[in-house]
Amino acid sequence: MKEHKKALALWLTAILLLLAGALLTGSPGRAESVQEAMRDAVLHDVNRVSLFGLKEVNPGLISAFTVTGLLLLAALLLRVFLIPKLQYQPGKLQLILEEAVGLFDSMSKNSSPHRHGFLGAYIFAAGAYIFMGTLFELLGLQAITVHGEPITLPAPLSDVNAAIALGVLSYLVIVSGGIAGNGVKGIGKALKEFSLPISMSFRLFGALLSGLLVTELVYYFVRLSFVLPVVVGVLFTLLHALIQTYVLTMLTALYYGEVSEPAEKTINNGEK
Amino acid sequence: MNIPLNIDWQQILLHWMNLAILTGGLYFLLFKPVKQFMDKRAAHYQALEDQAAAKLKEAEELKAAYQAKLDGAEEEIHQARAKAQAAVQQSVEEQMAQARQIAAKAQAEAEHSRERILKDSQRELRELAAEAVKKLTARPNADPFDEFLNLAEGGGNPHEKR
Repeated sequence: MKEHKKALALWLTAILLLLAGALLTGSPGRAESVQEAMRDAVLHDVNRVSLFGLKEVNPGLISAFTVTGLLLLAALLLRVFLIPKLQYQPGKLQLILEEAVGLFDSMSKNSSPHRHGFLGAYIFAAGAYIFMGTLFELLGLQAITVHGEPITLPAPLSDVNAAIALGVLSYLVIVSGGIAGNGVKGIGKALKEFSLPISMSFRLFGALLSGLLVTELVYYFVRLSFVLPVVVGVLFTLLHALIQTYVLTMLTALYYGEVSEPAEKTINNGEK
Repeated sequence: MNIPLNIDWQQILLHWMNLAILTGGLYFLLFKPVKQFMDKRAAHYQALEDQAAAKLKEAEELKAAYQAKLDGAEEEIHQARAKAQAAVQQSVEEQMAQARQIAAKAQAEAEHSRERILKDSQRELRELAAEAVKKLTARPNADPFDEFLNLAEGGGNPHEKR
């Protein structure tokens, strides 16, 4: 009991010393105001990163390539080391993998029972991209801007270009389902939902950007950087990841199923 | 043209390329093989279930056949029992008839024996009487009538009192 008290006192002393040290040391000064930080988080017009020396791009694109690289590397490792040893009675890792594949596969089957081969593969990839891309910002990987300043790589979808790309691509997948299922009528059905690419893109962008802005704001001020980041940084990001993954994949699957559903044939006597 | 929100078509195309690579890669590396494995496992368990269902059906049919046989056997037993009871009844009646015949025959034989014995005894009596008459007649001094009376009263030998 006495030893426990001693350890607790040591722990608290260490925390107080570190806090005092951090506050007394000071910082080299702010490179940008909070307004500039917020504006750049939305527009990415200042802190740009060079893409292999070819072009200046938003850091979100670098994040997107990094996330894809990490996901493909993980998939390759799983393909080489886990998949050949899959068992009829699964272990923990196999169970997680099967659960992920089964979740998106059953979602595509339930939403679009007539045609779901490509849909399952697409929403699996999109779901993995959104989920891991959103969690990616927790890693805090650094990149160097064209001005030589270090920045933390954000979630890919907090870049409007990435959100538009994913939203429009999902809409194009829905249109392709309509064409495959119903031909010209399918295009008509899909075009009726012309607001989908915009709503899907900006839903993703808004959700991810709001998370980014809150995190930027919290980390901008030192006094908000204790305890609070655990909630806004980790819990909110996890929630974002789950919710946005579910929303986009579910919407894509639902609309795909709706437009690809074969139209009921009219019988000669006029009855349907 | 200055597009609001810093939208860049080139970057959007790069994002599409990135998503195409990701979708293809994840499909071939994870989605397809895992799905194939899951389908294979589902087919395996479906086959096991089908086998179990077929065996269950076979067992049900076998049970029904045995039940039918059992029902037939019960009917057979019932018929055999009825037949045996009828045979026993018939046998009892035959035995009774035979016993009655034997009893009647024994009674007739007894009657016949009684009559024969009676006839024999009468014949013996007659012979005895004839012999006695002969003996009496053979004694010259004796009054046959007195001798007869003495014999009848004494019931014994007429010469004992003498």
